[in-house]
Amino acid sequence: MSTKLIYFAWVRERIGKPDEEVELPSEIETVADLLRWLKSRGEEYENALQYPDVIRVAINQEHVGHREKIAGAREIALFPPMTGG
Amino acid sequence: MSGAVVPAIRIQREDFDVAAEIAGLTRGRADIGAVVTFSGLCRDEQGALSALELEHYPGMAEAEIGRIAAEAVERWPLQGLTVIHRHGKIAPGENIVLVVAASSHRQAAFEAANFLMDYLKSRAPFWKKEHLADGSQGGWVEAKEADDHAADRWTKPRE
Repeated sequence: MSTKLIYFAWVRERIGKPDEEVELPSEIETVADLLRWLKSRGEEYENALQYPDVIRVAINQEHVGHREKIAGAREIALFPPMTGG
Repeated sequence: MSGAVVPAIRIQREDFDVAAEIAGLTRGRADIGAVVTFSGLCRDEQGALSALELEHYPGMAEAEIGRIAAEAVERWPLQGLTVIHRHGKIAPGENIVLVVAASSHRQAAFEAANFLMDYLKSRAPFWKKEHLADGSQGGWVEAKEADDHAADRWTKPRE
């Protein structure tokens, strides 16, 4: 099953695309696993995810922590801390 | 009070009219005793900034503000609540965000509006990028730790 990844703000700029469909390896269980795997996909990912702790994540448009399981996620978004308001 | 207040949430590129939004909540009603309005505007940072570009996460922006607004309605006896957040390029002096909270008494309206803004700052999926007055592109505005702390205070027991 493919999962849609969406990027915003400087995460989007550094990765160089707004979104992509990926086939996640089965050993990826949590958000932290996903960030680690993505980071190994190339220089642009390494650059965007250099400090994984600052990356905020939403699964199916709801905020989640890095220990959240990603099973069944249709859409996972990665972005910097928010600056709205 | 019926208790069935449905917050009005709008995410839009266009500007909004503060007076019209207040009137929209109070028109034809005699039970509202207090309306608290907060509007956030774009600053020029002592002339350094020509615009802010607001990026947002369509879908989640509405959903997340909806969740925050639903919590406010649960927590305070409100008779009306409107939240508008703009996106796109916004020039100094222009509106960015609006919260209008209506209640019988002022305390609930003040607190709900304050709560909404604290949570919008740290949880609503919007990001500001600066455009500088000298024509160059500035950076992304960094999140302030103080904004996170401001939101945290609502989770502590109230005095």
